[in-house]
Amino acid sequence: MARLTVNGKSQDIDVDPDTPLLWAIRENVGLTGTKYGCGIAQCGACTVHVDGEAVRSCSMPVSAAEGKAITTIEGLAQNGALHKVQKAWIDHDVPQCGYCQCGMIMAVAALLKEKPKPTDDDINNAITNICRCGTFQQVREAIHAAAST
Amino acid sequence: MNHIPRINRRSFVVGAAATGGGLAIGLNLPFGGPQVVRAQDGSPELTAWVVIRPDDTVVIRMARSEMGQGTITGLAQLVAEELECDWSKVTYEYPTPGQSLARKRAWGDFSTGGSRGIRMSHEYVRKGGATARIMLIQAAANEWKVPTAECTAANSVITHGPSGRKTTFGKVAEAAAKLEPPKEVPLKDPKDWKIAGKSVKRLDTVDKVTGKQVYGFDLRLPGMLNAAIKECPVFGGKVKSFEAAKVAGMKGVRKVVQVGDSAVAVVADTWWQAKTALDALPVVFDEGENAKVSSASIATMLEAGLTAEQAFVGNQNGDAKAALGGAAKKIEAVYSYPFQNHVCMEPMNATARYTSDKCEVWVPTQNGEDALAYVLAASGLPADKCDVYKINLGGGFGRRGAYQDYVTQAVLIAKQIPGTPVKLLWSREEDMRQGHYHPIMQCKLVGGFDANNNLTALHMRLSGQSILAAVRPQVVDKDKGRDALVFQGLAEPALLGNEHSFGYSIPNLLIDHAMRNTHVPPGFWRGVNINQNCIFIECFMDELAQAVGQDELEFRRKLMAKHPKNLAVLNAVAERVGWGKPAPQGVYRGLAHMKAFNSYVAAVAEISIEGGGNRIKIHRIVAATDPGHAVNPAQIDRQVAGSFVYGLSALFYQECTIKGGRVVEENFDTYDSMRIAQMPRVESIIMPSGGSDPWGGVGEPTICVAAPAVLNAYFKATGKRLRTLPLKNEKITLV
Repeated sequence: MARLTVNGKSQDIDVDPDTPLLWAIRENVGLTGTKYGCGIAQCGACTVHVDGEAVRSCSMPVSAAEGKAITTIEGLAQNGALHKVQKAWIDHDVPQCGYCQCGMIMAVAALLKEKPKPTDDDINNAITNICRCGTFQQVREAIHAAAST
Repeated sequence: MNHIPRINRRSFVVGAAATGGGLAIGLNLPFGGPQVVRAQDGSPELTAWVVIRPDDTVVIRMARSEMGQGTITGLAQLVAEELECDWSKVTYEYPTPGQSLARKRAWGDFSTGGSRGIRMSHEYVRKGGATARIMLIQAAANEWKVPTAECTAANSVITHGPSGRKTTFGKVAEAAAKLEPPKEVPLKDPKDWKIAGKSVKRLDTVDKVTGKQVYGFDLRLPGMLNAAIKECPVFGGKVKSFEAAKVAGMKGVRKVVQVGDSAVAVVADTWWQAKTALDALPVVFDEGENAKVSSASIATMLEAGLTAEQAFVGNQNGDAKAALGGAAKKIEAVYSYPFQNHVCMEPMNATARYTSDKCEVWVPTQNGEDALAYVLAASGLPADKCDVYKINLGGGFGRRGAYQDYVTQAVLIAKQIPGTPVKLLWSREEDMRQGHYHPIMQCKLVGGFDANNNLTALHMRLSGQSILAAVRPQVVDKDKGRDALVFQGLAEPALLGNEHSFGYSIPNLLIDHAMRNTHVPPGFWRGVNINQNCIFIECFMDELAQAVGQDELEFRRKLMAKHPKNLAVLNAVAERVGWGKPAPQGVYRGLAHMKAFNSYVAAVAEISIEGGGNRIKIHRIVAATDPGHAVNPAQIDRQVAGSFVYGLSALFYQECTIKGGRVVEENFDTYDSMRIAQMPRVESIIMPSGGSDPWGGVGEPTICVAAPAVLNAYFKATGKRLRTLPLKNEKITLV
């Protein structure tokens, strides 16, 4: 058993403590916006916030996430209003297949919290998510747009 | 897959991706008529493509699959254009392949590959929209008892000109659906388009940024179990034994099953439990003879093909061999291209529920009809007891089309737990080991010049794997053993329906292919054979130009007088970058062009180097594309930039190495993909030439020009010609 606090809601889930947070979120909590892409913290499709920091949830065991505030893509919008990164993503028509975009958006939201006006170099260093459709040109545009709102 | 007698498997027969232009539509369009067909919510169907709800919502239904390329939005624009509906009221849905078959393939071809989504269905979907509009106007005119010629439709509103009376599509849809559809359905001239041809926003974005979009592997059904699978990593190997008892007591495990003769799966409450148990399950495989094959043994086999007597001809004029024999100067080079995996971000998956009376599968697929054929074969049930529900794809790139092995596996697992839905998901490692890979190919090129440095002869010998021989052997048999698809971008016009014609006129030309197939299964991989062909020919064109001291652009232009559309895209990129004028200090340029999937494409790359050539920075790629007609320029722009990420990732990082008969690379740590830091600025020039020629595709053509443009620029920067991919093997990285 583990007690997780996801998007402000605490719940007990029946998992082994070494289960990756990703799979606990998807299969036990039941939120499927967080994706599996590699399982070895390479691609970033599973990015969530743990106590405000961007974390690749495929490589964090549930035991390490207990007692911390976890935010997934489903919890990014506040009081019914989309996060500015989500809005910028819609304005710039960023997603293609969209599969990696929830992780990408979570990584960008964490970056903007730390650096509200990131430079291109800041983006290059912080955003290392893989997108096989190749949306990077729109991702960069949308990050700068979100930063200026 | 084999023929399924109860289905019109036309796509199997002609090899849809293979023949492109040869795929005649010729459908019986299932329009209207006295019997109103209704959508699930009771709203009337005007045509197969158009359902109109009483609140004026327009539901556009499409057979092609959306995997990120924007085809659903583009096709909906074409329907909406002719329908004259309010674009803000448009939504979309997929018919099931079973529904389509039951209605004589009402929605046409489901296959979504070969950049065919829009170019092969634009005419019948536009007619689907236009027919509905005519019926709606007729219904309004009937109600008002006025001539139809006095009524017009715009923005989902029908207006009677003389009286100014108005009504909406939603109000007359019910009456319209009862009318006989018109026989003559004229289509608009594209120059009058108001919705098509415009960069409208995609229809499917919002759910992708909130996490609401359900991909195949997000699906949850009541009582569903989860399966993880391991197939013999040596292709062609079989399961010898496994010890189910060792994992039977592990948490959540429900069943350990053999899947066919080559795989074992664990079924558990959650996928993580299934995967954990699978990792702990002792499995012994009979790897067979293929376990002796390695990348080195395959390379040796391909090398022999470069000089073999027997080869299939794909393009020929004059006598290249004789002309080369008499040439004043000869240039020769050998290039090679590796196996590569698609690595869709969403690993392969399918969910199946089987009873002796019904088999249903939920699957992200590029071809719903093919998926259904797999379900029939694996379940043993007839077509009227099976169906496939398509789910949006987390990437496709060709992996989810011709081969749907995961569908077969899901059904074979579900059959062993009747009545319970089972979701099968491959791990990334399984996805890397069980691909249908970009074919491996080597190429020897020999060019000959006369005494005045005119190119008089070219022999291009391809040696390597045929996709069609594996995927559609009947097509190869019919062509006396030749795989015409190998010649994409290099073909003589009569081959491949002029979709992939060679862009140069050379007096003595021979392009031929020594087929050398391996046990590694090949498949269609975004761009298919143009990836290697464009590198081979466009890098060698630079080599030829440089051998006689000519400018690379001028050298090409002399050979392109009879190829005005090829020349137009090449000139467009050259002009944009100012080819011929000096580049900024430290910046080097390279170019490439090709005709592929009926579109004309060209690119110039601008790069700089660091570390003595060990690090490449791509600053900008200017790319031109002429697809004939441009349905959504903003989405074309995204496909061009995205294709470069896919193609350049392949150029720099990606090779599936074979050792002990299996693929060595199992995840992104050894099989990397470009990140945002490496992304060059992409400027696309979209220059549709219009006219009545068959339309060109968009998703794939440009993928091929980025790599040779970069390689050609690298030579300008360093004087070093790179002929073997990926560049990581040369210790060259992209920064």
